[in-house]
Amino acid sequence: MSSAYVQLVDIAKHFGPVKALDGLTLDIAKGEFVALLGPSGCGKTTALRALAGLQELDRGRIIVDGKDITFTAPNKRNMGMVFQAYSLFPHMTARENVEYGLKLKAHKTSSDNRANRAGELLELVGLSSHANHYPHQMSGGQQQRIALARALAISPQVLLLDEPLSALDAKVRTQLREEIRRIQLELGTTTLFVTHDQEEALGIADRVGVMRNGLLEQIATPAELYDRPATSFVAEFVGLTNQIKVEVLNGSINAFGSNLDTLPGSIKSGSGVALIRPESLTVKKDNGGNGKVISTSFLGSICRVTVSLEDGSRISAQMESYDASNLTPGTHVKITADKVAVFVK
Amino acid sequence: MSNNPNRGTGVTLSSAGSRYWKSKSAYLGVIPFLVFTGIFLLYPTWNVVTGAFQDDKGQFDTAKVKELAASPIVRNAFYNSLEISFKTAIFGAILGGLFAWALTTGKPGGIFYKISVALSSVLAQFGGVMLTFAFLATFGFNGVISSIFVKLSPDSFLAQSAWLYTLNGLAVVYTFFQIPLMVLVFLPTIENMKPQWREASDSLGGSAREYWVRVGIPVLTPSFFGAMLLLFVNSFSAYATAATLVNMSDFLTPLQIGNALSSEVGGANPQEAKALSLAMVIVVIIVMFIYAQIRRRVSRWESSR
Amino acid sequence: MTWKVKVWRYSIIGLVGFYLLMPLYSMLDFSTKPFAYFQKGRTLEAWKIIPSQPDLAISIFRSLVSAAIVMTLILILIVPTVVWVHLKLPKLKRIVELICLIPLAIPAIVIVVGIAPLYRWISINISESPITLSLVYSMLILPYTYRSLSAALDAADIHTLAEAARTLGASTFRMMAGVIMPTLRTGILNGSFIAIALVLGEFTISNLLNFKTFQVVIAQIGRTNGNVAVAVSLASILFVLLLLLLIPQKNRQKEVLDVDVA
Repeated sequence: MSSAYVQLVDIAKHFGPVKALDGLTLDIAKGEFVALLGPSGCGKTTALRALAGLQELDRGRIIVDGKDITFTAPNKRNMGMVFQAYSLFPHMTARENVEYGLKLKAHKTSSDNRANRAGELLELVGLSSHANHYPHQMSGGQQQRIALARALAISPQVLLLDEPLSALDAKVRTQLREEIRRIQLELGTTTLFVTHDQEEALGIADRVGVMRNGLLEQIATPAELYDRPATSFVAEFVGLTNQIKVEVLNGSINAFGSNLDTLPGSIKSGSGVALIRPESLTVKKDNGGNGKVISTSFLGSICRVTVSLEDGSRISAQMESYDASNLTPGTHVKITADKVAVFVK
Repeated sequence: MSNNPNRGTGVTLSSAGSRYWKSKSAYLGVIPFLVFTGIFLLYPTWNVVTGAFQDDKGQFDTAKVKELAASPIVRNAFYNSLEISFKTAIFGAILGGLFAWALTTGKPGGIFYKISVALSSVLAQFGGVMLTFAFLATFGFNGVISSIFVKLSPDSFLAQSAWLYTLNGLAVVYTFFQIPLMVLVFLPTIENMKPQWREASDSLGGSAREYWVRVGIPVLTPSFFGAMLLLFVNSFSAYATAATLVNMSDFLTPLQIGNALSSEVGGANPQEAKALSLAMVIVVIIVMFIYAQIRRRVSRWESSR
Repeated sequence: MTWKVKVWRYSIIGLVGFYLLMPLYSMLDFSTKPFAYFQKGRTLEAWKIIPSQPDLAISIFRSLVSAAIVMTLILILIVPTVVWVHLKLPKLKRIVELICLIPLAIPAIVIVVGIAPLYRWISINISESPITLSLVYSMLILPYTYRSLSAALDAADIHTLAEAARTLGASTFRMMAGVIMPTLRTGILNGSFIAIALVLGEFTISNLLNFKTFQVVIAQIGRTNGNVAVAVSLASILFVLLLLLLIPQKNRQKEVLDVDVA
């Protein structure tokens, strides 16, 4: 029995033949920001809703701050939730929405305190000037910020975010996710954040849990997930990879002239496919090289170079744009791999 | 912006004048429509409105209108019409609204839902004639329910059929088609309520009651009243049911109009019919205007989704 | 569903269901009663007589012809006009919309009043034909038709379709007939069902203009033979209900729920 602030213990839920959750166990420390990442249908939203009390479970327990709340009604769990869309009450202004929780019997607050608190939160999300606007008068990003303010108004034990950025424009998404993280750090609220966008998850969470088919494949810090994926699914889902056919011998492989260690979880010996990240490969102009440049993709400070190998397969390398400036299509190149451990499946 | 279909040929037109006319040629497309509605819709309407203020010789004259406005029979019928419309709108709205809600609690698109909606659309269009027969079959002489009461308590009003012919009896009959109409009009509004609202309220600590009082009902109220207005107009304009049920009577405005007309089509009292019609039209227009205002406000909310 | 919700749900459905179904059941009951009221038992007498009522068959036939005329009018006049206005004359959109909504504000009975002199003129100078009636009906149906067409047009992004057809070389006519009409097919289909229901259910205008339409005949029969009148009424309800249930699912729900009118 761990002493984590939030514990999901072996929770399971099926919808007909589909197992949305298959015995998931997850701990969240107080003040921690955990992201659940995975493709659609992996169960991440079901897990979040189970924690909120909006989804009944077939088995398992949910414990928050030492109390078993598995069967507690959602309105008694003191959690703030931000939905993907549509959750603001349309007939209330931004301020009234934020104050809503404080008007309820559960959080009865005097009207002065309420006004102060609402003002504080509107300030926190940067929308004090929109206090008297209605949801339909605000942009998607603004609506979500109000939704966040509303959820935080009741000082919840846990903040739950269900893909809050998915319905927004790309630029707004990046801005808002930084905001959310900043606010969370400032308030120290324990947070569970669900998304299918790995950049989002890796960008702001303390720890990221990659889910598949109702179970956690791996939960670790973003860096660890990226550098040391525990399964091929995680290796391929998080970040980009090249798939290179290799032979495994004694826990290492030979690729592009380097001996690379295999990560735990890889196959032990025999033929396999190594998952090598683009930034681990370097491409240099070389007339006697083993590859030919097909195309380059300029992405600002970095450049992605697609190279075809002798056996016809292609790889993608990522380098500083400066170093890739002489790599025009058709150039013969030599590919070398950095000495990092890789996953081989 | 020229939407001239002849443009695509790439031939330049010789003069600005003919180019002007060519671009107006699109307007020709609406002429048939305008002619048609002009004859069969606009002309009758205009006829009614102006005819109310004419005398036998076609001169402008408000005498008829004043006469009718003073007549107790006419005023009585008008109040009756208003009263019955009001009552049936309220009852129809409440019962229909509750039923629409009940439909949303079940499986969306399930068998019961589909049949209820289909039945509602049939019953809402239900002819007044058939409606009358349905109720006579229930409460009239030898009707299903009246027969039961004849045996149980022969003195009660339900054992006779006289009550059907009173204003309140007619209200009961009218409500029969008001309920399905309410279901049809109000169901989309209830279905438009986002589940996220309830979930948000729950997670913020609200009870079911708090949700309904603070969110559910306030959001539904404008549409509810809008729908009720529609029911009002529907009842106010109804002629068929009353005409079938109470053959030679004149206690409702539509009936009076009918009588004024059918003594001889366009014969005996055309101005009276027109004046009464004008009164009806004014009421309806006022109500529809209020309805449109409500719709506009509500759709602003809805368009934010 | 919590038990509280269940209680509310079932009691409401019970109450309202009873209110609505009782009269229908009564119609069934009444129409199967034997003609001599002191007799016991059930009989299908009333139902069997239906086919032999002469006025009835004629009136049904007339109503169907009426419905056909209304539908034709919708197809050759209303639909093209609405599409044309949407495509070419957006400024007139408001006016056309307003015209189409007039029948909502002007109750049928008022239209009769207004049209009476015109009708007299037509019946004296042209002919006393039920076609006039059909033409008036098509006006009554305008609000329904306009709304579903408008919704379908907005949803189908007619401008893009028209432009695509135009750049591929289609003439105006071909574009209308070949591209746009099929897109509106289901909207038109639903409009047709409403037309049938309206024509079969209409009483006010036909009664006051002295036409023997379906409803008028039923009322007439009702004065002499209650059982038969009730049987016919029930039969027609079931007929229209069946017709409605045959419309393809997705569209029917939307169309039916689009009835926003008195």
